[in-house]
Amino acid sequence: MNITEKILARASGRQRVVPDDIIFANVDKVMVHDVSGPGVIKVFDKLKKQGINVDKLWDPTKVWVAEDHFVPSADKLSAQNVVLLSNFTKNYGIEKHFKYGMGQYGICHTLSHEEALVLPGEVYVGGDSHTNTTGALGSFACGLGHTDVAYVLLNGKIWFKVPETLYFKLNGKLPEHVMAKDFILKIIGDISTEGGAYKTMQFGGSGINEMSVESRLTLCNMTTEAGAKNGIVEPDQKVIDYLVSRGAKNISLVNGDSDAEYEKIYEYEGSEMEPIVAKPFSPENISIVREAPSVELDKSYIGSCTGAKYEDLEAAAKILKGRKVKIRTEVLPASISIYKRAMENGLLKIFLDAGVTIGPPTCGACCGAHMGVLAKDEICISTTNRNFPGRMGHVESQTYLSSPLVAAASAVTGKITDPRDLN
Amino acid sequence: MQSFRKIKTILTPLDKVNVDTDQIVPKQFLKLVQKSGFGKFLFYNWRYDDHEHLKSDFILNDPKYKYSKILVAGDNFGCGSSREHAVWALLDYGISVVIAPSFADIFYSNCFKNGLLPITLDDETIEKLQREIGEVEVDLENQKIRTSSENISFDIDSHKKKILLEGLDDIAQTLLYEKKISEFEKHSKIPSVL
Repeated sequence: MNITEKILARASGRQRVVPDDIIFANVDKVMVHDVSGPGVIKVFDKLKKQGINVDKLWDPTKVWVAEDHFVPSADKLSAQNVVLLSNFTKNYGIEKHFKYGMGQYGICHTLSHEEALVLPGEVYVGGDSHTNTTGALGSFACGLGHTDVAYVLLNGKIWFKVPETLYFKLNGKLPEHVMAKDFILKIIGDISTEGGAYKTMQFGGSGINEMSVESRLTLCNMTTEAGAKNGIVEPDQKVIDYLVSRGAKNISLVNGDSDAEYEKIYEYEGSEMEPIVAKPFSPENISIVREAPSVELDKSYIGSCTGAKYEDLEAAAKILKGRKVKIRTEVLPASISIYKRAMENGLLKIFLDAGVTIGPPTCGACCGAHMGVLAKDEICISTTNRNFPGRMGHVESQTYLSSPLVAAASAVTGKITDPRDLN
Repeated sequence: MQSFRKIKTILTPLDKVNVDTDQIVPKQFLKLVQKSGFGKFLFYNWRYDDHEHLKSDFILNDPKYKYSKILVAGDNFGCGSSREHAVWALLDYGISVVIAPSFADIFYSNCFKNGLLPITLDDETIEKLQREIGEVEVDLENQKIRTSSENISFDIDSHKKKILLEGLDDIAQTLLYEKKISEFEKHSKIPSVL
C-alpha cells in the first residue's frame, strides 16, 4: 500500500485497502473557519429542526477554529459572523479558537503546521478546499462541504472512497531561482485543473527529500487546483524536527510500503525547472516567466496560505533588499508567528524600506474579500492559488499566479520578471 | 432535503468551462448568517452590472429561461472553493439539475447533501443538448434524459440515486440504522487513531 492507503486502512480498522474501496474512517482532527463555521452552524440548525441532537460534539479537543477570511472584520456582517463563531466555540467547549487580536492567529492551513495541530499519519478534514495543504506533514488531509463537516463534528467519522494515486517524482534539487510554487504550477499546466480529480497527488524523489517542509506545503496546497482529493509527501526527519520544534509530541510516522502501487508516475528533472506564472483565468494556463506577456502590472500581492509562509517572505525579502517597488505591493504574513519571526529577523524592515505595505494575517484579497481587492482592469501578480475571473476583486481584473521570488522581482520592475533578470 | 424524481423544463445552456464556486456565489455573499436566500446572488457578476441592474446579455436573464430548472455547462463545473453556498444558491434560484462533462469533487459531493442532481455526460451529448430548444425530461428513477428526438441514458451511483429519490441526506440515511450502529459500536474493536 502507498502512504495514503495505509493511513486510510489504519483509520478504518482494516488490514488493507485498495483504490475504489469505500471506507468509514475515524477522523483525528477537524477545522472550521469564519466562512465554513457559520455554514456548519446553519446545517446544525437544520438538523435540530429534524429532531437530531446537536447538543454535543464528538470531541471538542480535536476541533480547532480559525478566523481568517474576513478578519479584521471587513464590515458589519463579517463582524457578526465572528461573534457567531465565538458563541459556537464557547457553547461547544472548543478551546482551540485562534482569535484575531489575541496572540497567535492566522490562515487556517498555516495554523495547521505552525501550531503542529496535525501530525503524520492522521486523518484531517476541514471546511475549506485548501485543507489539502497539510498533507505535506504526511497526513491524509482533505476539504469537505459544510454538511460533511457537520457530520464529522457530531460523529468523528466520515466515509471516503480510497483514491488512486498519481506520483510526481522530482529528480534533483530545484535551482535557486525556482520555488515549489513554480513546480506545482508546472504540474497543473501539464495535467490540467481536473487532472487530479478525486485522486491523491503524492510527491517524492530526491528533489522532494531536499525540499523544506514549507516548500512541500506549497506543493500540497495547490493539489486542490488540480482537483485532487489530497496531496501528500512521505514524512521524514525534517517533518519530525519541524513539528517537535512547534511543541508536538508522540509523533509516529506512517510510510508507504516498498511495493506501493501508483496509477501513474510522472518524472521531472529539478535542474530543468523554470520560474512559471499562471496567466488569467486559470491555474493551468501557464507560461515560463521569460515568455510571459509583457503587461503593465498594477500590483504585487504576497500573501495567503500558498505564498506567505516564513520561507516565502524570506524569498521576497531576498529580492527586495536594497531595492524599491515600482507598483503597489502588499505583504500579508500568513500567521502572527510568521509575522513575528519576520520582524525579529529584519524582513519587515526590508519590506518597509522597499516601499511595501505590510498587512495583518488574513485570507484578505486572495479570495477577493477585502484588504487590497482589485479594481476593474487592474492587473496583479500574486503568490496566491487561484486566478479565476473576479477571484481577487472585480470580475474584469486579472491575476497572474507566481512564486514569491517572481512576485517580488515583478514588484521591482512593474512587469512580470524572472528573478535572474533583475539588475 | 427535497427528494428528486422527475422534472420537465427547457434547458439553460451555459457555454462555459471551469465554472468555479466564486462565479456561482461570489465571496461577499458568504457572510450572510441565514441559509436561505442565496438564489438572488447566483452568478452575481454575470447577472448584474455595477449598478445591480440585470445584464441583458447573460443567458439566465433571458426571460425564455426563467422557468428552466436544468443547467447545461462545460467541464469541471463547481471547481474552486468548497463553499456549500454554491449548491444552496443553485437550488434557491430554482435549478434542480446540472449537466456537465465533469464536476469538481467537493461540489459534486455537496449536491447530494442538498438535493441537487449533477449528471455527467460525454462532450458530444452535451453539445447536442446545448442545442436543444424544446422541453427536456430528466427522469432519475430510470436514469434517462428525454428530448424531443432522443432518449439519453446517464450513469449515477446507486447509493447517490437513492439519496435523491428518497430525499434523505447521509445523516438521515445513517440515522435509519441508528439501532444497528449503536449495537455495533458496543462491540467495536476499531482502534482509535491518535
